[in-house]
Amino acid sequence: MDIFLQQIVNGLTIGSLYALVALGYTMVYGVMKLINFAHGDLVALSAFAGLTIYTSIFADGGTSIIAVITVFMFTAAIIAVVGVLLERLAYRPLRTAPRLSAVVSALGAGLVIQNSIMLIWGPNMKIFPSDLFPSTIYDINGVVITFTQLMILIFSSVLMIALYLFINKTKIGTAIRAVAIDQDAAKLMGINVNKIIMIIFIIGSALGAVAGLFIGIYYRGITFDMGWMYGLNAFVAAIIGGIGNIPGAMFGGLMLGLFNALISGYISSAWAETFTFMLLIVVLIFRPTGILGEKVAEKV
Amino acid sequence: MVDHEILLEVKDLHVSYGAIKAIKGISLYVKRGEVVTILGANGAGKTTTLRTISGLLKSTDGHIYFDKEDITTVPAHDIVGRGMSHSPEGRKVFGTLSVEENLHMGAYTLKTHDEETLGWIYKILPRLEERKKQLAGTLSGGEQQMLAIGRAIMSKPKLLILDEPSLGLAPVLVKGIFKAIKEISSTGVTVLIVEQNAKAALKLADRGYVLELGKITHEGTSEELLNSTVIQEAYLGKKKK
Ligand SMILES: Nc1ncnc2c1ncn2[C@@H]1O[C@H](COP(=O)(O)OP(=O)(O)OP(=O)(O)O)[C@@H](O)[C@H]1O
Ligand SMILES: [Mg+2]
Repeated sequence: MDIFLQQIVNGLTIGSLYALVALGYTMVYGVMKLINFAHGDLVALSAFAGLTIYTSIFADGGTSIIAVITVFMFTAAIIAVVGVLLERLAYRPLRTAPRLSAVVSALGAGLVIQNSIMLIWGPNMKIFPSDLFPSTIYDINGVVITFTQLMILIFSSVLMIALYLFINKTKIGTAIRAVAIDQDAAKLMGINVNKIIMIIFIIGSALGAVAGLFIGIYYRGITFDMGWMYGLNAFVAAIIGGIGNIPGAMFGGLMLGLFNALISGYISSAWAETFTFMLLIVVLIFRPTGILGEKVAEKV
Repeated sequence: MVDHEILLEVKDLHVSYGAIKAIKGISLYVKRGEVVTILGANGAGKTTTLRTISGLLKSTDGHIYFDKEDITTVPAHDIVGRGMSHSPEGRKVFGTLSVEENLHMGAYTLKTHDEETLGWIYKILPRLEERKKQLAGTLSGGEQQMLAIGRAIMSKPKLLILDEPSLGLAPVLVKGIFKAIKEISSTGVTVLIVEQNAKAALKLADRGYVLELGKITHEGTSEELLNSTVIQEAYLGKKKK
């Protein structure tokens, strides 16, 4: 039972991170019908940029809430700018081109970002300092939660609730949904579609940036090519939840994280990836448009 | 005189889809407060003309003036803010948004929430108020058309463009739609309407244009067009006597 509860905690932690990254895939897909394959590499870039910001600005070390918040804000802003540039340079010129051109461009952009990380920070693993968060450990009847895990769970919940409210309750959020349904009709409402797409890239990239930083703080070791692994898992999560569907990405991320953790806990972590794809296949057999996705099939 | 001033003027407009020339040099105008209709067979280029006027398509040649300004190269979303609203062919309501959210999107360009216009729309199209929490995609075809029109007037346009508002609707619903359009026009909104239902459109309109294969072949007051034998045969279903 302890193992079970422990793996639930671990699964929700990594699942929250998958969910944050999956939101970036799903929002871009929802509005542009494009898989932003470079998104995972933005997550990796965030971890490296955040590490550099932390070590250069707060070289004396020591945990301070202000230091950590500054690192998160700075990094999210930088990655958001990179995300906007990515859209301008790699996707906007191909908006009316055949779908395959945009896919190739996305894959190419991902490689450019990945190789840039390698050129700037080198091919070797970098290690996050252990003192960003206090090393406090909470033991609840044998189930252990670290302070970092708690922060991940709380922060990602807050961000996801905020995003949900933004999309569903605000004028801009409604406009985002309108653009996702029909771009021409949205233009006839006076909605600037380019501006909405920019907002999507800002939000998606910033959420990915937060995930990237948490990945660095939680796992500590970061490599230039880690974007593939996290990107792939988050992409699978987005598809499981129903790509294009925002609650679907949240649900898919948490579900995949839990599933991975339980497989690792009861079978072996070596099998986690195999089971991930088995889960994907099973979900797609029974719900081809994902668990919460319904309107996707007609759009593809 | 202000009310005879020209609101929309299209001059020698050409529009192509790749190598296909859909509009081959048309000119037309709409005065403030008028209702003007464009008639024409399937594929004549009516929708293409309207989409070019509202900025969704770009012309290869010619000019479009709206409210004394050249809007030929202005993007569609900016044109809405200048007072033009286009209810597109096939309604194009946002299916997974509620009726109310669709109407709010219609007022996207306005700074403040416009409860007055919303109340007025609910008055002339009462079905929409009953269904305001319902998803637009679950409405019947007629209700969706009412929503498309309501959504288009939420921005308080000077010019309302309607592309086949009666398409696919039962006659009793068509009557309701035309009544609503008349009501909107009576408040001073200028209307440019494309219709398959030529008779109903000419009854509503002050003037009309007939478009054939990308060119305007006839124009005149509604009365003139209704009495023209050529128009009667081609568009009003009357046989030669
Ligand atoms: N996206 C497009 N690509 C290529 N050709 C097009 C496109 N849209 C329309 N056309 C062509 O342009 C011409 C005019 O089409 P348009 O839709 O403007 O006609 P319409 O008068 O609105 O017809 P309908 O009464 O059927 O709505 C047609 O020959 C049509 O085939
Ligand atoms: Mg048409």
